[in-house]
Amino acid sequence: MVPSVAVLLLWMIVPLVMTVWFSFQRYNLLDPSVGGFAGFDNYAYLVTDPDFWVSLRNTMVLLASVLVITVGLGTLLAVLFDQDFPGRGIARVLAISPFFVMPTVAALIWKNLMMHPIYGVFGAIAHGFGFEPIDWFAEYPMASVILIVSWEWLPFALLILLTAVQSLDHEQREAARMDSAGVVAQFFFITLPHLSRAISVVIMIETIFLLTVFAEIFVTTSGGPGNATTNLAFLIYARALLQFDVGGASAGGVVAILLANVVAFFLVRSIARRLEV
Amino acid sequence: MERSLTQRALITALGWGIALLLFFPIFWMVLTSLKTETGAIATPPQLIFRPSLSSYIDVQERADYLRFALNSVLISVGGSVLALAFAIPAAYSMAFHPSPRTRGTLLWMLSTKMLPPVGVLVPIYLLFRNAGLLDTQFGLIVIYALMNLPIVVWMLFTFYKEVPNEILEAGRMDGARTWSEVWFLLLPLTLPGVASTGLLSLILCWNEAFWSLNLTSSGAAPLTTFIASFSSPEGLFFAKLSAASTAAVAPILVFGWLSQRQLVRGLTFGAVK
Amino acid sequence: MATLTLRGLRKSYGAVEAIKGIDLDVEDREFVVFVGPSGCGKSTLLRMIAGLEAITAGDLTIDGKRVNDVGPADRGLAMVFQSYALYPHMTVRQNMGFALRLARVPRAERDRKVEAAAAILQLGPYLDRTPKELSGGQRQRVAIGRSIVRNPKVFLFDEPLSNLDAALRGQMRIELARLHEELQATMIYVTHDQVEAMTMADKIVVLQAGRVEQVGTPLQLYHHPANLFVGGFIGSPRMNMLPGRIASSDAAGVTVELASGVRLKVPVEPGAAQPGDAVTLGIRPEALMARTDGELAGEVQLVERLGGLTLLHVGHGADLPLIVQTDGADASRARTPIRLAVDAAACHLFAANGITLPHLVTHRLVA
Repeated sequence: MVPSVAVLLLWMIVPLVMTVWFSFQRYNLLDPSVGGFAGFDNYAYLVTDPDFWVSLRNTMVLLASVLVITVGLGTLLAVLFDQDFPGRGIARVLAISPFFVMPTVAALIWKNLMMHPIYGVFGAIAHGFGFEPIDWFAEYPMASVILIVSWEWLPFALLILLTAVQSLDHEQREAARMDSAGVVAQFFFITLPHLSRAISVVIMIETIFLLTVFAEIFVTTSGGPGNATTNLAFLIYARALLQFDVGGASAGGVVAILLANVVAFFLVRSIARRLEV
Repeated sequence: MERSLTQRALITALGWGIALLLFFPIFWMVLTSLKTETGAIATPPQLIFRPSLSSYIDVQERADYLRFALNSVLISVGGSVLALAFAIPAAYSMAFHPSPRTRGTLLWMLSTKMLPPVGVLVPIYLLFRNAGLLDTQFGLIVIYALMNLPIVVWMLFTFYKEVPNEILEAGRMDGARTWSEVWFLLLPLTLPGVASTGLLSLILCWNEAFWSLNLTSSGAAPLTTFIASFSSPEGLFFAKLSAASTAAVAPILVFGWLSQRQLVRGLTFGAVK
Repeated sequence: MATLTLRGLRKSYGAVEAIKGIDLDVEDREFVVFVGPSGCGKSTLLRMIAGLEAITAGDLTIDGKRVNDVGPADRGLAMVFQSYALYPHMTVRQNMGFALRLARVPRAERDRKVEAAAAILQLGPYLDRTPKELSGGQRQRVAIGRSIVRNPKVFLFDEPLSNLDAALRGQMRIELARLHEELQATMIYVTHDQVEAMTMADKIVVLQAGRVEQVGTPLQLYHHPANLFVGGFIGSPRMNMLPGRIASSDAAGVTVELASGVRLKVPVEPGAAQPGDAVTLGIRPEALMARTDGELAGEVQLVERLGGLTLLHVGHGADLPLIVQTDGADASRARTPIRLAVDAAACHLFAANGITLPHLVTHRLVA
């Protein structure tokens, strides 16, 4: 226990301290002449930057939308795939496949093969029905990113929730039927409460990854158009490695850490009650 | 419950419909990779065509797929093994010799995972640059191991917790000391758990794109970097793009299919009881 | 060959004391049963003997050697767990031979011992199966076999039959008794089922709230319970308890007057008890007989017919109904009046502090 906790502590503390340190420095990788203590200048610059507030909002919108879509659809699909039908095993394998696809590839497929206004499948379908194809990433950039990320994470939610549904005691359901509960009542009063633990695990794990979505944005929109899909992760990336403004990027990093802590605080507290340790 | 024929047909149609819908982008990617470049951008899209492997050959010649794939394998396996090496003793002591702080430590470890890597990107980047770890396989292995450590510890912990205490006590009554207990009982009993933890770690490492994009350029770059290079303007070569994507995803996809049962066991994090 | 002594054994969890000072001797080849209601500490006591729970205070010796600080692996005991605790990844053969393998017994000898144990337990055909391919009763036998193979100084059983169905439980009870006979081994057995305790034990230890209430042979406990708790706990159906007062006492016994005014003379020593003292009269269900000239009047409330036996629940005023055990041919019907005769010689009297007033005559089956 000691070694791995120590390693993790080091891994946490050293970069954290460095980030905080840099965030108070004037530090540009391209311009060695700039230097010295910056005080809260980096932070002041950050909070007065409209991009920052937009990125904060984008981060939360992305997180909330994907959580709602994946948990909602995931629950319904879990109930569906719990039913016995011919070829269920294969259908399930197909349905969970997107989870194994790396985010960069997922983004590329969707951007080019699916949503491309001219050559994409969506465009072709639109044509077939006589509509004008939509340029998804130009017109609905955030929705497009949400679509891609949801496609990646829906299988994860489905997998865990399906396992949970399958562990539901059949006698419980039979007892509910004896109490003349219909399909809908069974879902709300038996299945859903039974899933609450699994749902909190899905939310926790997904939040961990969704707060830090990067590759999907990097590959598809590069945060654009404008700042429409710039989340905090991408903003800091742009600051640090595109504008080489280490001080500013670090200030963003500190804010990201604070945000993560706020989310973690609420999440861990609600999860901790459900998870027995 | 006895269902009518229409109900069964409806469920079957719905189940298969949704499965195919979710799988369609992957299917289309594979299909496109077998087309010629002109075929790939034909409108309306071709459904019947003569498949060709020329795109795959082009991709290998131009970008040396195999080198990236080798890096991916090396880094994913290395990172997962390293993470397990740290996590197994940690999870063991937490599960079997819990202290009042165990619960807090576990939750704290998990909350560190919510910290966006971007938050510490700059210092890690600079540390790596100064230590000469930029664009090295070893650097990524270390990063990946640390990145997955909290989740790996948590998963192993839930597996260890599932081992009934009475079995270990029976072992002690049979004369087992700490080492024989670990070797003859705990290890075989939790091997499936360790395996599925390793599987998940492997998948997460394989698909990780943030650190690999930022900390490698060519020498140690895994497949995520290889793929990202196809997103540049020249990415209009749809057939080659699809071939590269298919090649990057195929190993882990097949791996995932084969191990899905194992994986599901591990993914539930003790949530399903 | 093993004797066990417990001297002032205590166990605390923080401020809570689970075992409050226990003295006990277990003789060689004795079958000792710990019995008591759930939470009385019987399993904790067994686990302390096994070495799975640390001893807070007191001395535990095996064959005269203090073993408080010896680990479970080195005490030379074997334990059968309630959940059987079979190793799920090993075959029956490997399960049974595990202890020998750890002790580095050569393979040939190991196999011989495992097969000998398997023969005793009729497990021969199942040696190469894994636990999950076995029925509950078979698993139970593997767990027992695992302990036999080691040839331990003492066998410890922690409610081993409680997961079996009634028929199998009866069968395993007989097998265990036979095994004890055959192996000539010292055994300590924990149960909450007093039928198991009565049928198998050489010596029963009745525990309550971490203390020993009484130690004795089954019939000693049945016919001469030391106090109200043991009287009520041992025996099924339970002993009927009636409040009363001492009316008088002489050399032939104590006369007790019940709330209904009925007087009974019970052949017990009065000891310090004075006329007028409150006492509890204990009447076993078989000491009550339906007779037209019986002392007690009441009404049959419920008739439980077990076939060979019939239990009558008889209401008599404000108290709990009396339970009467009669034979299967009894024709009583519910909601009819009845008179009951009491076999006063078989009754027990408990003083207000719960202690039994000793019988003048020892039961002929109790040495």
